[in-house]
Amino acid sequence: MSTVTAAPATGSRVALPPARGRSGLAGAIRSELTKIRSTRSTYWTLLALVIVTVGLGALVSFGAAQHPGDTGPGFDATQRSLGGLYLSQLIIVVLGALTITSEYSTGMIRTSLTAQPRRGTLFAAKAIVFCAVSLATGLVVSFLSFFVGQAIMSGHHSLAGFPLSVSLGDPNVLRAVIGGGLFLAACGMLSFGLGMMLRHTAGAITAAIGLLFVLSVLVNFLPQSWQDHIDKWMPAIAGTQIWATKPDPSFLGPWTGFAVLCGYAAAAMIAGWILFQRRDA
Amino acid sequence: MIEARGLTKRYGSTLAVDQLSFSVEPGRVTGFLGPNGAGKTTTMRMILGLDRPTAGTVTVAGKAFSRADHPMREVGALLDARAVHGGRSAYNHLLCLAQTNDLPARRVGEVLELTGLSEVAKKRTKGFSLGMGQRLGIAAALLGDPRVLMFDEPVNGLDPEGILWIRNLMKALAAEGRTIFVSSHLMSEMENTADHLIVIGRGRLIADCTVAEFIEQNSRQTVRVRTPDQGPLSAVLAAGGASVRDEGDGSLLVTGLTPARVGDLAFEHSIRLHELAPARASLEEAFMELTAGAVEFHAGVPVGNPADEPVTVGKGS
Repeated sequence: MSTVTAAPATGSRVALPPARGRSGLAGAIRSELTKIRSTRSTYWTLLALVIVTVGLGALVSFGAAQHPGDTGPGFDATQRSLGGLYLSQLIIVVLGALTITSEYSTGMIRTSLTAQPRRGTLFAAKAIVFCAVSLATGLVVSFLSFFVGQAIMSGHHSLAGFPLSVSLGDPNVLRAVIGGGLFLAACGMLSFGLGMMLRHTAGAITAAIGLLFVLSVLVNFLPQSWQDHIDKWMPAIAGTQIWATKPDPSFLGPWTGFAVLCGYAAAAMIAGWILFQRRDA
Repeated sequence: MIEARGLTKRYGSTLAVDQLSFSVEPGRVTGFLGPNGAGKTTTMRMILGLDRPTAGTVTVAGKAFSRADHPMREVGALLDARAVHGGRSAYNHLLCLAQTNDLPARRVGEVLELTGLSEVAKKRTKGFSLGMGQRLGIAAALLGDPRVLMFDEPVNGLDPEGILWIRNLMKALAAEGRTIFVSSHLMSEMENTADHLIVIGRGRLIADCTVAEFIEQNSRQTVRVRTPDQGPLSAVLAAGGASVRDEGDGSLLVTGLTPARVGDLAFEHSIRLHELAPARASLEEAFMELTAGAVEFHAGVPVGNPADEPVTVGKGS
């Protein structure tokens, strides 16, 4: 490096192309894509997501195939094969929080905001890129889980003689499988919003798990007549209706339920956005 | 060109920056000097829009930095070299920054070469030494070939070679007509690099002048004399308008007279001198003196403060 010392460098050995327009959302999105694909944790998390979702779905499908006696008329083969989603919510929640909190824990946020001080642009780019990544991953694991699960159950029949497995053409099935991907993306966005609000990885993940898991459990301690009115509005319970094919009338409908989950995510995002605009970085 | 007008930042009950007004002109290195905790970093953060001023405004090239069309072409800043995601390679770190401002990817290779980091471009920054981290921060600052560059304590923790490299770089960048704003808590560092100084203490402006002016105004000519006849000499010199301090080691420190005048007076009164040496209070001392009342945290042991004596700028005879 002594050569560098000897000849002090200057900034402009090669002229940059003349600036045009304004640095905006398109560049910010390219930047966020580079960020998300250039850290190993992204790949590990996504790999864990695929393994957990598909693996768990395969396991519960295998269980159903081996115990046809347990499968009554209400058996939902689609929902069963997507059962891994219950656990993969946790993983997408980690990735959603890390997308923003890792910038705070490393201090990278200050560098990012020095490159693009328009906070709205940075926020929007991050949200768009993470939403796209989590939706794409969610759809892949949802379809993969479905096909693997159905393959395991195919050829098996319930005691009443119905085949256990279903195909994408059966009523509500395609909506439910796509819904699995939507559900994961919405959980991820909820965690992203919480990450923006709390700026702290552990805090954001804890809050997201509290909302998605603990809250649903806590409702069980309420008097039954209250529970009936409250638990269908819980984010995880409302959101899971989108990947069920046989609607339970005591819960919200698939799209209404999903809209409720999106409402929670939107509230977290808006709160995060307002705080991001106001606070010192 | 950076312009601050009445810039103020309050954190709870602490006033970090207090009614600060200054301008940083292009084509020279402006040193931003102040003891630790004086508000230098906070001021730089407000210039970048990271912190919102409680009152006042600061502009870069006439408008708030957050309204710049191409922020990285306007300002390159090195505030905290550790503000990177350690899991990302140097190349990808710079690439994701370049993309935000639609800068061509080849520019990343250029700044890596410029800062001597080409060989470690693909390495994750987690393993970088302090010096390499500093170079990476400078590479990021140079990406947009900006007209304004800000460095916050850039030589902290660097080896002599790294310090020399940064000094030369800053001078070269200023010579190209850029605005260079560099903070330090060490006067000695500024003495070697800066053309102009903005000195703050406790968030307030203390001095805004050229380095030459600062030296002239703040460093006093002193003369060290050693004599077997301390009593008579002290009286003679005091009568001649100087202030004299007994250093305790058999020498006297004389302020307010030139060495020649001290020698002449001794000769006229037949006082023997064993030593007569001019001494100049260092800029470091002058800076300490100037900011003595503005240091946020004093060390437990009181430091001898030469400012207790009357300061008479000696015109000689």
